Amino acid sequence: MVAEKPVYSLFMKNLRAGRFVYTGEAEPHKTTDISDLIESFKALKGYVIAINVTDNPTAYAYISSLVASYLIQRETGIEAIYQVTCRDRNRLAITSDLLGAYALGIRNVLALTGDHPCVGDNPQAKPVFDLDSTTLLYLIRRMVDEGVDLAGNKIEHPPKFHVGIAANPNADPIEPELLKIERKVNLGAEFIQTQCVYDIEVAKAFLKEAERWKIPVLIGITPFKSVGMMKYMIQYVPGIKVPKEIQERIIEAKRRGGKQAVYEENIEIFTEMIKELKKTTRLAGCHMMAVGFEWIVPKIIERVEGGRPSYIEAL
Amino acid sequence: MIITEPKPEEEIKGYLEGFNKIFIVGCGSCATKCETGGEEQVKAMAETLRSWGKDVTGWAVPEECCDYRFLRRDVIRPHKEALEAADAVLVMACGSGVQAVAEVTGKLVVPALNTVFIGVTERLRNFHERCRACGDCLLFYTGGICPVARCAKGLLNGPCGGQANGKCEATQWQTDCAWVLIYERLKEQGRLDLFLKPRLPKDWSAWSRPRERVWR
Repeated sequence: MVAEKPVYSLFMKNLRAGRFVYTGEAEPHKTTDISDLIESFKALKGYVIAINVTDNPTAYAYISSLVASYLIQRETGIEAIYQVTCRDRNRLAITSDLLGAYALGIRNVLALTGDHPCVGDNPQAKPVFDLDSTTLLYLIRRMVDEGVDLAGNKIEHPPKFHVGIAANPNADPIEPELLKIERKVNLGAEFIQTQCVYDIEVAKAFLKEAERWKIPVLIGITPFKSVGMMKYMIQYVPGIKVPKEIQERIIEAKRRGGKQAVYEENIEIFTEMIKELKKTTRLAGCHMMAVGFEWIVPKIIERVEGGRPSYIEAL
Repeated sequence: MIITEPKPEEEIKGYLEGFNKIFIVGCGSCATKCETGGEEQVKAMAETLRSWGKDVTGWAVPEECCDYRFLRRDVIRPHKEALEAADAVLVMACGSGVQAVAEVTGKLVVPALNTVFIGVTERLRNFHERCRACGDCLLFYTGGICPVARCAKGLLNGPCGGQANGKCEATQWQTDCAWVLIYERLKEQGRLDLFLKPRLPKDWSAWSRPRERVWR
């Protein structure tokens, strides 16, 4: 008999129990005050089981994701998924941040490589990448499972995290991406959150591949705030494929009823998509990335679930 | 080979301000192949210096500028007087060459080139970076393609999310994703098990500066 794996977070508890979960995404900016961001996420309580907090996304130097994760978790009462990238810190800095994160009550970590500084707002920066997403995952596993750092030094009171990885179902070619994910699953990744997917066939194909990994997959959903944002995504985000039909629906909505109609159409499009994926695949949940218009997230979730999702609320 | 490129003339002019007598040293090896410090470029530089009103006391292109022995044989012995007369030595070689000249001659040196990378020559004037001298070669595991040199992030476990159609976002899609290349190569060789295997965190102490090897 296999002993039941320990659970340290509500996020993981719900996933293990097979509840369909939603996560949100908070992107704190170049500021010392994130109270507005916190306010906008308070409205998501009961809808999302956890909130990812980005770590200098697209290599922009923002308020620390560790500090923001702590504040968001404390103020909203929703668990943070602390995103850690390898671009800005070496293994020493990351080890100490992870120890600090556990001391601050953080229990979920998403291990990422991070975008290259050249796409960010300080392109002159020296890229670190002492670790990558795989070796970062390995570091976290060693900290949690063996109570040691990468060099094998013992940690007093080792941290207990659930560690996830990102995946890009849009990757072309897809085969090296799939092997890379498998590499990380073999090392002990516990969940996957994907980049945004718009083509349901791409999502289905990816979820089919993912079945063999036997860890929960949350598909990334990014509604379009505007026609301009959709066009930007198509042009600049590597590999994003938005089916013609969806593009036309958004453009037509704008023509028909302006901004409000675009929002309504988004709710329609993603409700249909999530319902279809829930029906036909083993999808574990959705990662809702609606940066700057978080209020749309509960609206989509309510339409899919016919109300609030039923989450287990206590560890 | 060490790939070099010329510094802007204005920068060199600035360095040479206040120095009138200049000796020029090129390099018969890498910088000759790069056409940045060969005889032709050294002669052209002498002309440029003269047009700035400088007195070129002499010039030499040693077989290799980074080797003390060639510097003694090809520069110091045949050009003793011209070298002594110079206020500064302008060196058209890589950073190792510039320092070797300073060490062997004891003169004030001025670099004329920027050292850019260790690379291969595809054809004339086409050079590509291939090695970062990391001190712990992993080419066996990566199908003979170095991710430390060729992946923009130097990742040991790629590809990352910044690749599309096998091209790299960090070079504005101008270069190949090293990890897609590695995947294709290993697949071709029937060795995808190597691709799947995680490469554990690198021991960067092999890369710590300064390095030297003195064999007896």
